[in-house]
Formats: sequence, structure tokens, C-alpha cells
Amino acid sequence: MQAGNEAAAHDLKRRRSDKRLIWLPLTALIALLAFGIYSNEQVMVNLQLRNQAPGLTHIFGTDWLGRDLFFRTMSGLTRSLTIGLIAALLSTLLAVIFGILSWWHTKIDMVIVWLADLLLSLPHLVMLLLLSFAMGGGMKGLIIGLTLTHWPKLYRLLRSEILQINESPFIHVSRQLGKTKSWIAGNHLLILLLPQIVVGFVLMFPHAILHEAAITFLGFGLPPEQPAIGSILSEAMGFLTAGIWWMALFPGLILLATVLSVDWYGRLLGKKLQVKGGHHHGG
Amino acid sequence: MRTMKLCKVILRKCLRLGLLLIGVSLLSFMLVKSSPIDPVRAYVGADMMTVSPEQLERISSYWGLGQNPLTQFGHWLRAVLQGDLGTSTIYRASVADLIAERFGATLLLTGGAWILSGVLGFLLGVFSGLNPDTFIDRTVRLYCYVLASSPGFWIGLLFLLFFAVHLGWFPVGLGTPAGLLSAEVTWMDRLHHVMLPIATLSILGVANVALHTREKVIEIYQQPFIQFARAKGINGLKLFRLHGFRSVLLPAVSMHFASFGEIFGGAIVAEQVFSYPGIGQALVEAGLGGDIPLLLGMVLVSALFVFVGNLLADILYVAVDPRLRKGAV
Repeated sequence: MQAGNEAAAHDLKRRRSDKRLIWLPLTALIALLAFGIYSNEQVMVNLQLRNQAPGLTHIFGTDWLGRDLFFRTMSGLTRSLTIGLIAALLSTLLAVIFGILSWWHTKIDMVIVWLADLLLSLPHLVMLLLLSFAMGGGMKGLIIGLTLTHWPKLYRLLRSEILQINESPFIHVSRQLGKTKSWIAGNHLLILLLPQIVVGFVLMFPHAILHEAAITFLGFGLPPEQPAIGSILSEAMGFLTAGIWWMALFPGLILLATVLSVDWYGRLLGKKLQVKGGHHHGG
Repeated sequence: MRTMKLCKVILRKCLRLGLLLIGVSLLSFMLVKSSPIDPVRAYVGADMMTVSPEQLERISSYWGLGQNPLTQFGHWLRAVLQGDLGTSTIYRASVADLIAERFGATLLLTGGAWILSGVLGFLLGVFSGLNPDTFIDRTVRLYCYVLASSPGFWIGLLFLLFFAVHLGWFPVGLGTPAGLLSAEVTWMDRLHHVMLPIATLSILGVANVALHTREKVIEIYQQPFIQFARAKGINGLKLFRLHGFRSVLLPAVSMHFASFGEIFGGAIVAEQVFSYPGIGQALVEAGLGGDIPLLLGMVLVSALFVFVGNLLADILYVAVDPRLRKGAV
């Protein structure tokens, strides 16, 4: 009896911590986005306070137009997060659809595999640059570019997973029972792949943010009145020799902290959901 | 017999990668064509007011812009195969010449970073793999995870800030000292300028190799032949030198070849940070300035970088590893 109670208590604890694993990051994200909107309103040009070193009133210092760097960074971070979030969501969706399509028919599979190879045969950043150029830049071009370049790795993972599941007895049974392909896809594949998909999405998110930062740093994508972390750092480049170190240090640090925490959360989730091969690297 | 088989495998890989290369050029050609930039307008530039609509029409038909895009691609591909990549609209110079001029600089940067990060990453990976879950191992792993999540350009900026601006050890930018003729530039000058970008790229490139090597070391040390060697009384560095080294080296080197493209991608950003005149900088300028011939040329060169890296990785696997040579291929 004692053992059973303990097991139940343990189970309850585990379930509680599982729930916390979902709502804590979600709340954090929403709070961050809300703070970003607030920050965006706090960014004001104040020419009397140009290039102030970090202090009590401006904890990150100010830039060459006297704008508070902390609020500007947070506003930029929100923009980067939003873009990364949308792109990672769309890209995950694309990977799932392509994965299922690959399973549907071998001819489609050949085409998609080749397409994935094609997209991976250019350095990631070059492909992104090309796509963003072709779409004429802007927020839309950025999101399309990020979406189209991030699906292949997750797709490969899902595809090999589906190949494995496809050999399971219950799939054979379903087929023998005359279930349609779409039924099997919806009732077996998608449900079994759900942990992979969720973890893949969370781990794709930091990649998307990093690439978004790199491409805006290079000057593609967003107009100057919409700061992203990348464009703030690219502005900072002009002030390095003047010794204005805070413009380069803090925005990057915030970006690093964000990426690290999302990545850490993704790994934790992968461990919890027992997803193998959860971490997929790539610059 | 064996060399025949090897040649066949290599030929097949070449064919597959060649097909991808053509695919990439078609894709980039179509993407660039679909961009909102009008090539005639970009070519004429500031003289737009003085050029009549008829002349614009004539330029457009001279270039064959009204033709079917696939025919245009055919023309372009034929010209590319003959070594004619067109004329850059920003530099007003032949794209092929520009590539030739910048290729060396980029090769020095990426090659240097590739070797340095490979050696460092391998060493770190071996050390942490040989001592799993010790302090060294944890430090190496933490370092790798943090660096895999750092934006490369930011690390470059910090390096620039600290080593070039604060300490003044290195020049702040460019590939050669300003105000010198190219004949007067010595190798030492070049090296002095390229060191900081190489350091930036290497520090980031280490993470992948190190983690991969670490996993391989741990995996191999569970194999029976290592346990047998241990039973015979070999241990420590001697054990690694005799039995571990070669088995770990191959996958590490092969993976490192395959990451050539990623290092090249990092070089684009590093070149921007350090105003280093390489392929990546030209690529960015071409993209921002709407210089289509230059953009296509640079995209082709970067595809070639990845292509060569992947090919070498594949060949290495087949040519060196006896297990793969016999069965799997």
C-alpha cells in the first residue's frame, strides 16, 4: 500500500512538473513580447544624452541619437523573436507536410529528398540571402526566406522516423483493415511523431533567431526604423573605434541569453519526451 | 578491381553532386529573375533620366530579357561554362576577374579557420571523451553548447573591440594595410590582418568537431578491442595512440570536411565584421546593390565550396575506411 501511494504521489509530482514545463515558458514568452511592445514606446531620440556609458538611469547606456539601448534592445529582441517564431512554426509545418508526402508516394519522396539536398547544397546564409533578395527584402521576405531554409533538417529526421514507424505491426494491421492512407497518417503517424515535431520546433526556433540576426546584421531584411538585434549590432560596428563598447556588448549578450535558454528548454523537453536525436546542429 | 569499384563510387558521387550544382544554379537564376529589381534599370542606374524608352527597349531585347526564362538560363549556363560570368554593375569589372581576385583571400581565411578549428576541436573532443563526466569534460561541453548558440558576428565584434581597439594588437579591418600598393604588401601583413577573423571563425567552428569527436571516443572505448587492449595492460595515452586515434580521426575529419560550407557561411559574416575583402563581402555588396551578375557568380562559388567539401568527405569515407570499401558501397 505504502509503495502504491508513493508511486501515485511521484506520478502527481511528475505530472505537475510536466505542466509547468509547458506553461512557464509560454508565460515567459508572452511577458517578453508584452515588455517588447512597452519598450518600443520607450525608445526616444534625446540628443542631449548621446553615447552615455551604462549607468543607473540607462543600464545599457545610450546610442549616438541618445536612445536608451536597453529598451531598444528589448524592442529589437521582440521583433527577432516574433519573426523567428513565425518562421519556425511555418517551417515545422512544411517539414511535417513534406514528411507525410514523402511517405505517401515514392516519386514524391524522390522529388522532396532532392529538394532538401538542393537547399542544403548552399551555405545556409547564402541561401537565405538569395531568398531574401528574391522576395525583395522586408519582414515578409525575411520570414519566407527563413521558412524555406529551415525545414530540410527536421524533414530528414521525420522522414527516417516515419520509415521506421511504417514497418510497425499496427500499421500493417491498419492497412489490412482497409484504412486509407490519410487515416493512417492522421491516427498513427502524426500522433506518434508529435513529440519529435514539438521538440524539432523548439530547437529550430533558436536557429531561426540566429540566422535572422545574421541576415539583418548584413543589412538585408528590416528597415532601420524597425530595429532587430542584428541591425542594432550592425550600427554598433561604426562606433567600435570610438570606444563605445556597450552598443556591441549588451544587445549580443541578450540575444545569446535568449538563444541559450530556448535551446536549453528544447533539450529538456527532448529529454522529457524521450526524443532521440533531438539536437540537430548546423550553423 | 578494388580501384575500379572505388572509381565507380567516386564517379557516381560526382554525378550526383554535379546534378545538384546545376540545380542550384537553376534555382538561384530563377530566384534572382523573380526579384523585383529590374536589370535594365539597375544597369542604367543614375542615367535613367537621359535614356529614352526606346533605348531601354533596345537594351532589354539585346539582353534577351523577353525570352523564355529557361532559354535565358541556357544562354547564361553556356556563357558560364566558357568562363564568362558577365560584368558586375557595381564594380564595372568582369565577375570572373573579381572572383579570382577575392578567392585567395577567402581561401586563406576559411582554410586557416578550417585547419585551426579542426585541430583544436579534435584535441578538445579527445580530452573530454577520454575523461567523461569530469571537470574537463563538463567545461568543454559547456563551452561547445554556449558557442553553438552564439551569433558569429557578435563574437567577431567582441574580438575586434578587445584585441584590435582596446589592446591594439591587430588592425581594425581590411585585408591589407591601407595606402600600400598591392606589390608592397608582404605575407606578414596579410597574416596580421587575417589572424583575428580566423580566430573568430575557429572559436565557433570548434564546437561541432569537439562534440562529434567526444561521442566517437566514448563509443569506440566501449568496443571489445579496446577492452582487450586494456586487459593486456595498455592504458592511458598509449592506448589511445595505438588503438583509438585512427578510429576516431576518420569520422572527425570526414565530418569536418562536410562542415566546410558552414565555415564558408561564417566567413561571410566575419568578412563583413572585419571589412575583409573576400567572396562573402562581395556577395553581400552584390545583394544589397542589386548587382545580379556578381550575386550569381558569388553564389556559384559558394556552392562550389560546399560541393568540394562534401565530395572530399564522401571520397575520404570510401577511400580510407576499409569497412566501407568492402561492404557498404
